[in-house]
Amino acid sequence: MSSSVTLLDRLNVLDRRWIFLAMALAVAAPILLGIGSDESPSPPTKRLFDRLEELPEGSRILMAIDFDPNSAAELSPMALAFTRHCCLRRHKIYFVTTWGTGVPLLDATIKTVVQSEFGRGDRPYQYGIDYVNLGFVAGDAVAISQLTSDIRKARSQDMQGTSLDSLPVMNDVVSLQDMQLLITPSAGFPGAKEWVQYAGTPYKIPLAAGCTGVQSTQLFPYYPDQLVGLVTGIRGANEYESMLASKYPVPYAEMSKRPASLRGGPQRWAHRLMISLIVLGNAIHFANRYRRSSHS
Amino acid sequence: MNRETTIWTLLFIVGGLSLAYHVQSSERGVGQQFVTPVEIAGRVDSATGVIIPLAVGESREGEGVIKGVRYDKARRETPQAVYSLSRTIGVWVAAILTLCVFSYLYRDNPFYKLVESIIVGVSAGYWIVQYGWTVLVSKVLVKLSPDLARYAFLPETPVDAKPEYLYLIPVILGCLIFCRLIPKAAWLGRWPLAFIVGTTAGLKLILFLNADFVRQIRSTILPLVVLSTNTSGGSDFDWKQSIQNLVIVVSVLSSLTYFYFSVEHKGWVGRISRVGIWVLMISFGASFALTVMGRITLLTMRLQFLFDDWLGLVRM
Repeated sequence: MSSSVTLLDRLNVLDRRWIFLAMALAVAAPILLGIGSDESPSPPTKRLFDRLEELPEGSRILMAIDFDPNSAAELSPMALAFTRHCCLRRHKIYFVTTWGTGVPLLDATIKTVVQSEFGRGDRPYQYGIDYVNLGFVAGDAVAISQLTSDIRKARSQDMQGTSLDSLPVMNDVVSLQDMQLLITPSAGFPGAKEWVQYAGTPYKIPLAAGCTGVQSTQLFPYYPDQLVGLVTGIRGANEYESMLASKYPVPYAEMSKRPASLRGGPQRWAHRLMISLIVLGNAIHFANRYRRSSHS
Repeated sequence: MNRETTIWTLLFIVGGLSLAYHVQSSERGVGQQFVTPVEIAGRVDSATGVIIPLAVGESREGEGVIKGVRYDKARRETPQAVYSLSRTIGVWVAAILTLCVFSYLYRDNPFYKLVESIIVGVSAGYWIVQYGWTVLVSKVLVKLSPDLARYAFLPETPVDAKPEYLYLIPVILGCLIFCRLIPKAAWLGRWPLAFIVGTTAGLKLILFLNADFVRQIRSTILPLVVLSTNTSGGSDFDWKQSIQNLVIVVSVLSSLTYFYFSVEHKGWVGRISRVGIWVLMISFGASFALTVMGRITLLTMRLQFLFDDWLGLVRM
């Protein structure tokens, strides 16, 4: 038996755990070596970035954090980047989630960006004046519909139990129709699709979405008519962070402020391994076919 | 013990020994978490009850100023950083649970089963508390008995709020669902379900027709020859946009043809539906690739947590 045949036999019965180990190494090595990546922006991402840049200071932005820890790896960097951009442009931000498990992630976004990065200095972001945390609104898609017609019917108090009527940021705000833009980093149901169906399209409220890679094929048909912008997966988040770093290099060019860019390096190496494995798998398949045909 | 098992056992032993060595030798400490106390001061706005931070330069000793301490996550070398036992325990528990989940890649085992059960239990408990608070307290109790809500749960409930007894209807309908547990009264449980099915269908139908049907048809009516205005005011052929539009139109029409079963898929119809199959396959392939991408990102996030927060091997 020749050595090449022996190799083929070994590859035919290769334990799948070696593949897992190879993948773990492909992801771990770039993390340990600090290899990140920059991405040039795609049109759907750039369009959202430009829209936020164009809106006048003090515009009302609804940030719907509709995801849970399962999809936080892809969507949390997006939520941070969108919130940073809104704060840099001094927009008023209305945080909300239609996911019960999204509440801790909503709090983390506010704490990481609004309170830690923009809560100090000459013009600190002040709760009740510049932003509000509406918290969890129960009712799935119906909750979105209710928010669109009357926010106070969906939720009369903020996350801390303060009446919305007593918060200056809620003055002159009745429903989502008073918002200049809705942004939803969302993972599933209810998510971007429901925001399009229940808020964006029927009431012509400008809507942009961030989504997981899995969802993107379902949401791309809405772009550009029904979605102002669409940021997809960790690559989209990386694109947004790269634009933010280019426009506001201090401090957003620092890798510590770019979680998606830090995940881009491992992603790239994992993809290379995947492609190699697919090529190898096909090569083994054809080698087996050739061996069978030559034996017969 | 076969060769595979020997190799994997050796790998686990080497990993365990490396961890033990790292625990002993690491300057940063393994899983050790630090916080810095941040003094916060502000005034309570009498109208809103919200604490407004003091303006820059405003005295912290003034009348009506309230102070507190907030603990922010910090690095070990940060001045005034103090060791946080609770956060350290949290990181260790999270790291061990992560490794337990990863152990499934080797083979199914009791550690993985334990974590699976913890996730199910914690999720159920979380949802009960979350819905109990946001629905029963914040929506139902506040509307039906604002005084009780103000006294027991939400002191910020407006004093002039009046009970809205219309909310009794959803409460009664909600209670009727539990009738399904009583065989003789199970039929009563169909009423709230009928209400839910009816309203959902009604809402969904109209909105779906608008957002996903009419608007999508409109979005597919695209010019196949796109002309763009150049700098001198004339028109240029925009070949990129033209090709994009052509691909969209051909893809939609061929996919629809594939699902059109009133005509036998032979001749031209067969060829077009064949294109439709290719379009669908490309779409499924893209979805699958994006799913893999998402899973790799999840793995990256967990490894970042293990290497940074737990082992302290890298700084993120």
